[in-house]
Amino acid sequence: MIAFLIKRLFHALLVMFVISVVSFAIQDNLGDPIQQMVGQSVPESERAELREELGLNDPFLVQYLRFAENALHFDFGYSYFYNEPTTDVIMRHLPATLELVFATTLLIILLSVPIGVYSAIRPRSWLSRLFMGVSIVGISIPVFLTAIVLIQIFAIGIHVSLFPADTAWGAWLNGLLSTSGGMPAYGRGDVTHVFGTWDTNFASLNGLTYLVLPAISLASIMLPLFIRLIRAEMMEVLQSEYIKFAKAKGISMRRIYFLHALKNTMLPVITVGGVQIGTLVAYTILTETVFQWPGVGLMFLDAIQRSDIPLIVTYLMVVGLIFVITNTVVDLIYGLVNPTVKLTGKPA
Amino acid sequence: MALLDVSNLDVRFALRQGEVKALRDVSFTLDRGERLGIVGESGAGKSVAAFTLLNLIAKPGYIAGGSIRFDGQELTTMKPRQLQQIRGNKISMIFQDPMMTLNPVLTIGEQMVECLKAHRRIRTRAAREIALNKLRQVPIPSPEKRLDQYPHELSGGMRQRIIIAIALLLDPDIIVADEPTTALDVTIQAEIMSLLLELCEKHNVALVLITHDLGVVSQVTQRTLVMYAGRVIEQGPTREIINDAQHPYTQGLINALPQMATPGSRLNQIPGAMPTLSRIPSGCAFHPRCSFAFNDDGSPRRDCREVIPGFVRSGNCDVACHMVRDLVENNSDARDPVEFQEAP
Repeated sequence: MIAFLIKRLFHALLVMFVISVVSFAIQDNLGDPIQQMVGQSVPESERAELREELGLNDPFLVQYLRFAENALHFDFGYSYFYNEPTTDVIMRHLPATLELVFATTLLIILLSVPIGVYSAIRPRSWLSRLFMGVSIVGISIPVFLTAIVLIQIFAIGIHVSLFPADTAWGAWLNGLLSTSGGMPAYGRGDVTHVFGTWDTNFASLNGLTYLVLPAISLASIMLPLFIRLIRAEMMEVLQSEYIKFAKAKGISMRRIYFLHALKNTMLPVITVGGVQIGTLVAYTILTETVFQWPGVGLMFLDAIQRSDIPLIVTYLMVVGLIFVITNTVVDLIYGLVNPTVKLTGKPA
Repeated sequence: MALLDVSNLDVRFALRQGEVKALRDVSFTLDRGERLGIVGESGAGKSVAAFTLLNLIAKPGYIAGGSIRFDGQELTTMKPRQLQQIRGNKISMIFQDPMMTLNPVLTIGEQMVECLKAHRRIRTRAAREIALNKLRQVPIPSPEKRLDQYPHELSGGMRQRIIIAIALLLDPDIIVADEPTTALDVTIQAEIMSLLLELCEKHNVALVLITHDLGVVSQVTQRTLVMYAGRVIEQGPTREIINDAQHPYTQGLINALPQMATPGSRLNQIPGAMPTLSRIPSGCAFHPRCSFAFNDDGSPRRDCREVIPGFVRSGNCDVACHMVRDLVENNSDARDPVEFQEAP
């Protein structure tokens, strides 16, 4: 266990090094930060001075080593725009994103497992076909479009006048298909302070309602993926000899489905899930922009527009770190579920 | 009354290309404590027959006709819940490949205890005690330790012993063993087979042994059923079939045994291959490979090609072959029923 963690830590450092090189290397192509900082009226001589002062004229390697040395002390520099340490800026925005990702993950887990299992057990039922059809639609529509459609239907509301309103059935159908909207679709709403920079949406009903639409739209891509993955895995597992043997032993079908088959189904799903949680953090850029959710995704997009290079680099490092951490945690969980994997060295 | 009475069993698979008849008109009986061998090449329908006994054939397969009566109860029409109470309890199964049969993420103990709990009101502690007892019977060293181990920690032979222990857990009336030794190392095959035989004799359990190994059949079983392309073509006492097979196909199988060949020469074989079930030849399914399907003048026999042979009694065997029927009819004392001694 300890050996595994040390090995993992070494991997993590290597990954972080590569990420730092890559993210630092792209900075030259992100526009001129001086332009953003000082505006139009400052003469070229002063700009050159500022550039020299910030070390922007040094060779790449020198700049990188300076950056790396500071980074080892958790000093990623000052944001050009906010004029405060980038780590502070990130820490201020990170809780909002993590809460959104957490809510989305919860949504995905709670929905994908039962739906996936059901459609594997009854692949020919109309409900399974409906799930499969809807999931294809969900995968195909980009997140921002899903978000906008959700806002239109549930936040703004739609008035359907497709059917003749002067007939009883027409009015009824119109009323049935119209929505009154009212769901919040902008910002975080009421948040409760927890500690440090952490404000939570989960403590109040108002805060929770603000989470609903962003979480659904963020889940709209991953959820169908997981439903299909679980379904496909489960269907394969159900064909296996040990399931047949369990049937021959006279075990109840419920136990066969939810213990024998599900436990084997979840092995590959856990592996994929780990990677996807990291990807979710990256997807928040779109969702947060549409819903003006004040997380790191929105912050990152603003930082790009402002050529706020230190903030961009720090963001990339933090997202990389989240990837590494989630993957390590997932590997640990995998080791607990799969008895054939021993975390500490000797192959079984 | 026989313990198990299978009559006119038809099993089909509804495939997209049409229906495939996997079993046709299969009938046999099994008495309490009796050991029956079912032999044939791959694709003859042996395994389908085994799984059908517990009504376990997976879709698109289904039982199209016939009956399976076990202890007076009809299994083909039984409700799933009742059937569940018979599976693993009254009739248990041993599968071909022990590496695939046990669930990789559950401990041996969990997989044994759940079986007991499915059929009896019993506490985990008591169930573990029974499981330990059965593990000692198949002998497995340090059984207490095994209960908490996972399948991947054990060898193939060890796993098959555990599967035999699971099959015996509820003291069943019948064990259906589908090629229980084919996936094992040759050195372990004999060990497992004699263990199975010994336990069946000791507990008076009837055994249906599916195999393509005639040597094993002759050592273990009292009666033998030979299958070809989904049909039974010969059945009778094992000794009689091994020593004096009547059906050309059975003769071919026996001649193909390595010990039947002259040392130094090539092994005997039956020309051709088993037909696929979707394209079974008309008449006697074996006729394209049969060296007896000809008249005296060398022309092919019409009845072999066109008429499905019925069973004729020859000695103590039932044989489905036109050639054998002719022999029996033309010379009624061609072969008297011979009393064979019980297999030792």
